[in-house]
Amino acid sequence: MTTPRVALFVTCLVDLIRPQIGFAAITALEAAGCEVIVPEAQTCCGQPALNSGDRKTAEDLARRAIAALEGYDHVVIPSGSCAATIRVHYPEILEHDATWGPRATALAAKTYEIMAYLDEVRGWKPEGVALPATATYHDSCSGLRELGIKRQPRRLLAAVDGLALKPLDGAETCCGFGGTFCVKYPAISNAIVAEKATAIDASGADLLLAGDLGCLMNMAGKLHREGSPVRAFHAIELIAGMGDGPAIGEEA
Amino acid sequence: MTTTFDQRVAEALADKNLKLAVERTAGTAEAKRTIAVDAFPDFESARTRAAAIKDHVVANLGHYLQQFEANATAAGAHVHWARTAQEACDIVVGLCKAANAKSVARSKSMLGEEIGLPHALAEAGIGRIETDLAEHIIQLSGERPSHIIWPAMHKTREQVSALFKTSHRNPHVEETIAAMAESARRHLREGMLAADVGISGANFLVADTGAVCTVTNEGNAELSLVPPRMHIVTAGIEKIVPSTGHAVHMLRMLSRSATGAPLSQYTTFYTGPKRAADRDGPEEMHIVLVDNGRTTMREEGLAEMLRCIRCGACMNHCVVFRQIGGHAYGGTYPGPMGAVLTPAFDGLKQSRDLPNACTLNGKCQEVCPVRIPLPTLLRGWREKSWREGLEPASLRSGLGTWAWFARRPRLYRAATAAALKSMRLMGRTGWLSKIPLAGGWTQYRDMPKPAAESFMAQYKKGRRS
Repeated sequence: MTTPRVALFVTCLVDLIRPQIGFAAITALEAAGCEVIVPEAQTCCGQPALNSGDRKTAEDLARRAIAALEGYDHVVIPSGSCAATIRVHYPEILEHDATWGPRATALAAKTYEIMAYLDEVRGWKPEGVALPATATYHDSCSGLRELGIKRQPRRLLAAVDGLALKPLDGAETCCGFGGTFCVKYPAISNAIVAEKATAIDASGADLLLAGDLGCLMNMAGKLHREGSPVRAFHAIELIAGMGDGPAIGEEA
Repeated sequence: MTTTFDQRVAEALADKNLKLAVERTAGTAEAKRTIAVDAFPDFESARTRAAAIKDHVVANLGHYLQQFEANATAAGAHVHWARTAQEACDIVVGLCKAANAKSVARSKSMLGEEIGLPHALAEAGIGRIETDLAEHIIQLSGERPSHIIWPAMHKTREQVSALFKTSHRNPHVEETIAAMAESARRHLREGMLAADVGISGANFLVADTGAVCTVTNEGNAELSLVPPRMHIVTAGIEKIVPSTGHAVHMLRMLSRSATGAPLSQYTTFYTGPKRAADRDGPEEMHIVLVDNGRTTMREEGLAEMLRCIRCGACMNHCVVFRQIGGHAYGGTYPGPMGAVLTPAFDGLKQSRDLPNACTLNGKCQEVCPVRIPLPTLLRGWREKSWREGLEPASLRSGLGTWAWFARRPRLYRAATAAALKSMRLMGRTGWLSKIPLAGGWTQYRDMPKPAAESFMAQYKKGRRS
C-alpha cells in the first residue's frame, strides 16, 4: 500500500486549548502508515460563523480552508463537527459558486473524522497500547448524525489493553454545548449538561471520552465544577497511548 | 406575549414541577416511539415515502385543493377560503352567528390556536367548550397549550385535580385517575350535547373523496361533531393528501411518531353533512381552508416545513424543549417545529431567539417521520436574522474579530498566542472559574486553562508526538 499524504486539520479548540490531541492524532496516523502534514495556512473551518448565520464569512473561510487543504490525498480532523462542516456543509454553502463548488465537493470526498479514518479507511487498530481503566463514551451529535460515527471509536478503544468501556445512559443525547449556544443561552445549556454530568457519574467510569473537544470542555467543566472525580480525554489520546498523561484541565 | 424569551426560560427552569411533568410525558413518548419504530417493518423507507407524498402535494397544492373542493362540495359540504388568520376567524364567527349558535364544542385543533379562534369566539360572545381532555384543562386554567399532542403536559395530576374540584359542578371525590376522568366526562358530555356547532381541525384532507380525517384518543371529536347542527372544519391548506390510501400511510407515521401507538384510538373520515338516510349528523358542514402564510413559506425556502404532520416527535426528543417546556417558546407551536414556524407566523424580529436557542444536534431531524431538515431550516432563519442585522452587536463584533484574524493565519497565530498568555495568567490551577466576557460559561462550569503554547507553535518548533 502506498503511503497517503494526509493533511491534519487541527481545529481551533485543539490548537489553543489542548494541543496534545493534535500530537496524538499525528502519532496514530503515522502508526497507521500515513505521512502527516500540517498545512500552515489553516485556521478555523468557519463553523461558528456558519451556525451563527454569518453566511458570507462562512463561505469566505471555507474557500480559504479548501485552498489550504485540497492538495493532499486525505484531510483528517480530530473533531466530528469540524469534519462534518467540511464534508457536509462546504458543498452546500458553495453550491452556487461555479469555481469553488466543485472544489468543495472534491475536498469533502477526501475529508474524514480521525477515528472513522483510522478504522474504516486505514483498517488500523492500536497495538501494544495499554491503560488499566474504565471509561464511558459520549457520542457527539455532529459526528454521530452527520457522519455516522458510532462503532469506529468503540472498535479502536476495544484494542486498548485493560480498558473497559461502560455504557453511558443517554450517550447519544446532546450535552448542551452547541458551539455559541452555550454562551448565548447559558442557563439552558447548564440544565442540559447538568443531566449529562449526572449520567456520567452514574456510569461508574473513571474516564469520560468523546471525539469533540467542545463537548468535552463542556462536560469536563461541569464535572469539575460539581467536584466529580471523572477525568476527561479525547478518545484519540487513549488510542495513541497518551491516556496516562494529564486529563483535560489537569496541569502537566 | 409581553415577556422576553429569556424571562420565560428563567421562569421555566425555576419550575421544578414543570421539569418533572415534561420529563414524565416526553420521556415516556420517546421510549414508546423507539419500541414502535423498531417493530415497524421498514420505517426508513416509510419515512421516505411519507416525505415524498407531502412534497408532491406541496408542489401541486393548487391542483389538489381544487380537487378537494370539488369533491367536498359534491358530498354536500361548503368550502371557504381564508388568506389570513383574521379572515378565517371572521368566516367561522359568521357561520356561528348565521346558525344562531350560543355555544360551540371544539375538538382539539392547533390551527384553531394558530389563528386565535378561541379569542375570536369569545369576542363574538359565543360560548365555547374545549372537549379534548387536555384542552379542557387548559381552558379551565386560562392558559395556552404547551405541547401539540399533550397541551397540558406541563401540569401535574395534583394540579389538575384541584382545577376540576373548583370548576366541575359534580367533581370527583376519590383522588384516582379514573375518578378524575369520570368527572371530566360528565362535565364535557353536557357541553357537547348542548352545543349548536362543532368545530374541529383536520389531520388530513383527502382530495379524491373530499373527506376530512381527524384522529383522537378520547373520541371527543366524534361526540363534538356529530350531535350539533353544524360542523365547521378549519384546516391549513397543506393538510391535503391525494387519496385515502395516502392518508392511511400518513396515519401509520403520525401515531407511532407522536405517542408510540400503532394507531390512535379513534380515526374518523367525515365526508359531507348528514345524508337523507342518516339518523345522526350535522345538517351543515363547512370547511375553511386557511393559508395564513403557508404560500409565503413555500415561496421563501420553507417548503419542507409544510411536510409537517404535527406529531410532536421533534419536541419530545429535543434537549432544549425537555428543559424549558412549551410555553417558553411563546408561540402556538413549541419545540423545533415551533422554532421554524413561529418566525414565519409572528415575524423574525419578535422571535429571533427561537432558531438560535438550539444546539443543532440534529436529533429532531433524526426522528421526524417526514424527514424535515429542521436544523437546516433553523440555520436559514439565523442567516436571515444576520442579514437583517437582528443578531446582537456583541455576537456580530465578536465573530467579526475572530473571522478577521482567521482570514490572516500569521496575525491569527500572533493574536491567539497573546490571548493564550493572558488566559494562562487568570488561574493558578488547570481550571479557570472566572473569565471576563465568558460569564455565560463560567457561571455554571469551569473552563480548562488553555495551553501555554498552541499546537501550531509547538509543531513549528519541531514537536511531533
